[in-house]
Amino acid sequence: MPSDPALRVMALESLLVEKGLVDPQALDALIEAYEHRIGPHNGAKVVAKAWQDPGYKARLLTDAGAAIAELGFGGLQGEHMVAVENTPTVHNLVVCTLCSCYPYPLLGLPPVWYKSAPYRSRAVIDPRGVLREFGLELPAETEVRVWDSTAELRYLVLPQRPAGTEGMSEAQLASLITRDTMIGVALVQTPSGAGAR
Amino acid sequence: MNGVHDMGGMHGMGPVQPEQDEPVFHHRWEARVFALVRAMGKFGRWNIDAHRHQRELIPAAEQLRMSYYERWLAGFSGLLVRHGFLSAEELATGRPVEDASVAGSARLSPALPADKVPAFIASGSPASRKSASAPRFRAGQRVRARNLNPTGHTRLPRYARGKTGIVDRVHGVFVFPDTNAHFLGEHPQHVYSVRFEARELWGDAAAPQDSVHVDLWESYLEAG
Repeated sequence: MPSDPALRVMALESLLVEKGLVDPQALDALIEAYEHRIGPHNGAKVVAKAWQDPGYKARLLTDAGAAIAELGFGGLQGEHMVAVENTPTVHNLVVCTLCSCYPYPLLGLPPVWYKSAPYRSRAVIDPRGVLREFGLELPAETEVRVWDSTAELRYLVLPQRPAGTEGMSEAQLASLITRDTMIGVALVQTPSGAGAR
Repeated sequence: MNGVHDMGGMHGMGPVQPEQDEPVFHHRWEARVFALVRAMGKFGRWNIDAHRHQRELIPAAEQLRMSYYERWLAGFSGLLVRHGFLSAEELATGRPVEDASVAGSARLSPALPADKVPAFIASGSPASRKSASAPRFRAGQRVRARNLNPTGHTRLPRYARGKTGIVDRVHGVFVFPDTNAHFLGEHPQHVYSVRFEARELWGDAAAPQDSVHVDLWESYLEAG
């Protein structure tokens, strides 16, 4: 087979299709799901609901899998979910130092930086330095908790709700919540740009 | 195995480089290999632990040079041959060989159909197992990660070995990767979230209030 990955994958796919082991339309459907259907907008809905509904937040923090299933999310690489809450004194950060484990149903597929050696190597030994590379300087007194996804548990950071968002609807809140805030490498910003930890 | 995939605590990898408005896939072949791995996973001939271990076995220098999906492609190709879906000859030539000794065939293994994809994604592949065994450790208990250096697959990162922490949560019983990756059975065990103080792991330069939580199987741990 050719060494160029594009040609190699094409050859591999035609081989497996020819042998009847793979339906190319199933591949299309899998790709479509992760390019268009499953992504951080799912996680944002969970976070926005937790901000609006204290009962939901309590359920999310005690049994995240059941809570996200209430919104219809779950499945592949989100079979066992844990939500960890940022507070005025605690900041959580998620990494997988051994591979690139990530909560697909809520955040989609991981970005390249999350899977990269720089992030995986230093998130555990120098989380504050890593956050600085994302433009986030935490106060010295903040407690940083890093979650290394070494088993089949998948972690979602419940970011802090920014001040000035009290009158917003769940949908408006969800639009503020980015992927990075749910990994823990950013804080949720209000439209005016004022952040909260 | 003490491989380069076990990166926690290493220096010299350069700065983190986030990309603005990053696409889900950067090349079509990445999307295809991602989908191929998932679709072939349907047959249950290997498991997530074996798949991870296959990538760990890529020679270290190559592993560091390869992109994420290049590693997937290499690991996947290896698994296809190892589990008889393709012969080494087919992989080398890219042409199918009529050979009854090659196990992979539509008759034995019907392909995942497109209309089953949503259910396939939604059901996932839970790694938890029912067990009547009581957990050996409880939340709040001091434990030490054992100093294990197996040459096969393990999910005990090097930076935690020999270190002492506190059990933060008892997660339940899960398939044991160290055996499952080698097709030696699931041997489910309790898994714990263990909180290690950053200073225990990294010394006095770390902030005194910071911590790293690591999910560890029971046999990785001893009472601290």
